[in-house]
Amino acid sequence: MIYFIVFLGVIFLIAMFFISIYNSLVGLRNQVKNAWAQIDVQLKRRHDLIPNLIETVKGYMTHERQIMENITKYRSQAMDAQTIGEKASAENMLSGALGQLRVQVENYPDLKANQNFLALQEELTSTENKISFARQSYNDQVLTFNNKIQMFPSNIIAGMFNFKTEEFFQVEDIKEKEVPKVSFS
Amino acid sequence: MWELIRANKRMSMMLFVGMGFLLILIGYVFGSFYEPDAGGFIGIFLALILWSILSTVSYFGGSKILLGISGAKEVSQEIHPQLFNVVEEMKIASSFPYMPKVYIIDDPAPNAFATGVKPQKTAIAVTSGLLERLSRYELQGVVAHEMSHILNRDVLLMTFAGMMLGAITIISEVFLRGLYFGGGSRYKSKSSKSSGQAQLVIMIIALVLAILAPILARLLYFAISRKREYLADASAVRLTRYPEGLAAALEKISNSDLDLQKANKITAPMYIVNPLKKKGMKLSDLSSTHPPISERIRILRNLQQGANFKNYQQAFDIVKGKKSDLIPSSALNDPAKIGILQPLITQQTFEEIKSAKREVGDVLMKLNDFKFVNCSCGLRIKIPPAFKQSSFKCPKCGTIHNI
Repeated sequence: MIYFIVFLGVIFLIAMFFISIYNSLVGLRNQVKNAWAQIDVQLKRRHDLIPNLIETVKGYMTHERQIMENITKYRSQAMDAQTIGEKASAENMLSGALGQLRVQVENYPDLKANQNFLALQEELTSTENKISFARQSYNDQVLTFNNKIQMFPSNIIAGMFNFKTEEFFQVEDIKEKEVPKVSFS
Repeated sequence: MWELIRANKRMSMMLFVGMGFLLILIGYVFGSFYEPDAGGFIGIFLALILWSILSTVSYFGGSKILLGISGAKEVSQEIHPQLFNVVEEMKIASSFPYMPKVYIIDDPAPNAFATGVKPQKTAIAVTSGLLERLSRYELQGVVAHEMSHILNRDVLLMTFAGMMLGAITIISEVFLRGLYFGGGSRYKSKSSKSSGQAQLVIMIIALVLAILAPILARLLYFAISRKREYLADASAVRLTRYPEGLAAALEKISNSDLDLQKANKITAPMYIVNPLKKKGMKLSDLSSTHPPISERIRILRNLQQGANFKNYQQAFDIVKGKKSDLIPSSALNDPAKIGILQPLITQQTFEEIKSAKREVGDVLMKLNDFKFVNCSCGLRIKIPPAFKQSSFKCPKCGTIHNI
């Protein structure tokens, strides 16, 4: 009888241990999802700002047609992307094109004085920052989640319930990584 | 990640417990002084009651009181988009679920503070002087520092510790006054010959405590406060990954020799730098609420390898010249390798500083219900709320505008 109770107790403890690990895995996965949703919100915000930006800039920047076409193209590519990898690469191209536009703005003093443009500029700068901060926080969460999945003993439970490691949101162009997020000031 | 810092405030907790012990001690000694048999425990009881009342009041109304005292006004995204955006950026970077409210204090001295004990109701306030002086990056550094206070739950700790300091000060003061105005006579009438000597000893202990306890409590309180400042700097870098932003901001803030108008001794520890810095900041490290700014800047500029907590700890040790345990060891195991953004060369031109000043002036006017009319000649006309007529003439070109 005693042995049976001890046996039950041990089973119970093991079960509790498994449940707590399983729950923490689910919690972490939800955090990763939430962080991804945050990036999505900001990317969408950037997509919304672009038509407005093009509209404002068009009148002034007559020589930068190529850049503006690129921006529009990458925007629609990014909006149509299906996988995380595709999306990341399209968004990175878009970031690059917007960066080029920023450099060119320096050559148009009239544009820089336009109140409408200044307000847009702040919004765009902030959205770019928000994207990179959201990405930063997403990657933090993914790292924690992946570590948990791969480390003992949680890896056993992760394997049983088919938890899969998540992809990082990588910045492909190393140059973009080094350059600070804004250069508008 | 933030839970680690929050859960492991060992040093701060020890100092906090030290203050609690001091509170209980003075309760006991002062109680025994009046009533040798059971008075000690009544004293402890009363001291704890006083502390809980003060804490409850400041827990529920503290941030409102603080914002009220400092004359802060809430701003929306329309009034100051940049400040609002920067706060939102830091909220996103830290995955904090609630957006803090944003306040501006009309004061030329550059400074900032964070408040709010509950995560749902937090606020970040900055002065107009700060907005005038700092670039976007520097502002980001300051806001990240304030956000870190919120994330690390410093406001909660500082509120309870502050109220303990308050309780100790009040009790000691009341005791000393009671003694002065005739507490002594009551003691004389009660004493018999046998217990006289013991009474005398208690009286001496009580007197010494009444004088020393508030000073000691203040030192403990300041020690907690200083530690939290370093931790907030470390967390700010973890958030922005750009230590130069905060370093440059601190440099600019310390170059200003203005004192904040509406700050006092009690609210001082809440600010990013001591708002009352002209009073012996360098003389005594022990009695200042904030670490020396020069040291904070040196630590930030020593961060070369990365923006991890571990990197901050290393830089801290280099600047201090000895090994220490500023950051709890569980947070040091933070696995993320974090690169650092290299300093930008952004020389602000005179023009930019001037326009920043004008913009901040506009924001303050908007807060005070001024109306803005853009005339077609390019002039922006600001109409005070006291202006009652329905139309006016542009002073430059003479166009008539209707309000």
